[in-house]
Amino acid sequence: MARFILHRLMLLPVLMLIFSVMIFAIIQAPPGDFLTSYAATLASSGSSVSMEQLDALRQQYGLDQPIPVQYYRWVMNLLRGDLGLSLEYQRPNIDLISEQLGLTLALAVFSFVLTWAIAIPAGIYSATHQRSWLDYVLTVFNYVGVATPNFMLALVLMWVAFSYFGIGVTGLFSADMAHLPWSFAKFVDLLKHIWLPSFVLAIAGTARLTRVMRANLLDELNKPYVTTARAKGLSEWQVVLRYPARLAFNPLVSTIGWYLPQLFSGSLIVATVMNLPNIGPLLLRALVNQDMYLAGAILLIYCFLTILGTLLSDILLALLDPRIRMGN
Amino acid sequence: MTAVLQPGATPGPDTHAAAVEDRVSVASNWTLVWWRFRKHKLAMISLGLLLALYTLVLCPDFFSTQHPETTEARQAFIPVQGLHIFDGWSIDPWVPAIVGKRNAETLRMEWRTDAEKKVRVGFFMPGPAYKFLGLIPSTLHLIGPRDASQRIFLLGSDRLGRDQWSRIMHGTQTSMTIGLVAVTLSVILGIVLGGISGYFGGWIDQFIQRLIELLQSVPTIPVWLALSAALPRDWTPIQVFFAITVILSLIGWTTLAREVRGHFLALREEDFVLAAELAGCSRARIIMRHMVPTFLSHIIATSSLAIPAMIINETSLSFLGLGIRPPAISWGVLLQEAQNIQTLALAPWLLIPGLLVIVAVLAFNLVGDGLRDASDPYSK
Repeated sequence: MARFILHRLMLLPVLMLIFSVMIFAIIQAPPGDFLTSYAATLASSGSSVSMEQLDALRQQYGLDQPIPVQYYRWVMNLLRGDLGLSLEYQRPNIDLISEQLGLTLALAVFSFVLTWAIAIPAGIYSATHQRSWLDYVLTVFNYVGVATPNFMLALVLMWVAFSYFGIGVTGLFSADMAHLPWSFAKFVDLLKHIWLPSFVLAIAGTARLTRVMRANLLDELNKPYVTTARAKGLSEWQVVLRYPARLAFNPLVSTIGWYLPQLFSGSLIVATVMNLPNIGPLLLRALVNQDMYLAGAILLIYCFLTILGTLLSDILLALLDPRIRMGN
Repeated sequence: MTAVLQPGATPGPDTHAAAVEDRVSVASNWTLVWWRFRKHKLAMISLGLLLALYTLVLCPDFFSTQHPETTEARQAFIPVQGLHIFDGWSIDPWVPAIVGKRNAETLRMEWRTDAEKKVRVGFFMPGPAYKFLGLIPSTLHLIGPRDASQRIFLLGSDRLGRDQWSRIMHGTQTSMTIGLVAVTLSVILGIVLGGISGYFGGWIDQFIQRLIELLQSVPTIPVWLALSAALPRDWTPIQVFFAITVILSLIGWTTLAREVRGHFLALREEDFVLAAELAGCSRARIIMRHMVPTFLSHIIATSSLAIPAMIINETSLSFLGLGIRPPAISWGVLLQEAQNIQTLALAPWLLIPGLLVIVAVLAFNLVGDGLRDASDPYSK
């Protein structure tokens, strides 16, 4: 087990190195650089900046260097823990990101818990009450849930809340709370607001998970050991929960690693629509304005979280399933 | 098996089991798949729906009532004018007229439909000129106002007074094609690379497997965003369209390649492959003629389940302004109009393109599920 984890951990830097090259290639790809789009923004607002000034700035940020040199500098700074300076905000990227990262993670964890808390019981119910009316309702819900883009759901909910209840449901805090330092009241305020975006984010995952849980459990319920358990006189609850539910659960755990990064990056679009203080809109803005080091830093963090998620699910699976643990 | 299959074309009362069995045993694999598929009612309905949508794709101009780019600032945010086929007891299609009144406080035009005044419409009416299938010039439209000077808005209009019905027809063309093209690209990549990986093995297999693992640990949405943001701003809509399909299929092929590889690994040891080798078939012939057909139906089912994901992703990208860009129209571009909550409260019909996304994705999922069940020879 320790060797398995160690092996995977050793692979992590290699993967990150490959990703850093890929990401740098992508953020470098748009024609022009931040300063050309910066000059364009200035020009459209009426003020102008001279060619000499631009060149001086370009030199200062190292944008005039050949691309391999720029990459080398970037990676060397990354290794020293320096994520660089945001060209647009003129602030260290690490500050900008860490301001948003906490709430991004909170949102992801919240919707993740919501997904599992709904999906597992729903899946078990659907499988044990196959072809009951609630099973049909859940099946329809699952199909529609998977088919609805989550930003669409966010739009509909916002529209309903706005035009029928007269409340705006954007943001994660009330307007007067957003800029206050953390306190218990602010935390309560967060809880009041976070459930709706979490719900929006959770829907698609819930639908998919319920379907998988139902199918897995149905496979298990037909096996002879379930009949044995029943013949031994266990109550129906014990029959289902003690053995088949646990077995049906295993394949799901292996996909946790997929769901976690999906939640981070999935929140990107919903966060933009619902105007949440989230890492997603920050990335979007950085991409559009060619604030390349900020975009690069955020993309790297997404990659890191994705690799970490996969690793986590592999470890969890090995812990849960002795066959995999002993296999090597 | 026979009880399950019920080749139901002509199961007359005199058909006995032996005759059924005869038909089943000589039926080709595709016939068997079709017989099994036909029994899924929902999948059949969805298939009909998809065929209808792809009819729109062939010629959106014929189905639209106006040119999708005609703007008229004085006709912004006109509500849905429901199409009525019957007038009293006779077939005489009409839509209610719209009457506008300027709100004295907000100075905004407020429209409502007036069912007392009827605007007569007809089928196969002349309208704006277009080219049928891009070749034959025509002015014929499925629906149009009898009085050519009037504009009708079957699904309302947007902030620039463009007709949403006509724009949806054109958006359907882009969005449905992009899903299909992107999946076709993924399938080709998946079969070729997965085939090479599974058939040859060795270092090339190792290389392709590592590449797949690498691509699968890429956070898709952020990377898609970054790639689409990197597209030059001055590209033509056609170039952007193809770039977006390539971006979408770049990651989609990996799952397929894995499956194809699995099939190849399993089939490589089969007797019929050995027989083909001994008979002197070339490698390409063994792969294309003997191995691929055995799992092709399964691959088609899997890829039809991948189309909806492509459609949702395209819609999301375009919605954020990073996918298909105006003047090209797609469902995502149309939904961009609905981004603002105040606009949405004023004109909720701008959400209709989203409804279409849901319907199309649902239909693809149901057809895909039906196909998957039907293509599994051991299914019950």
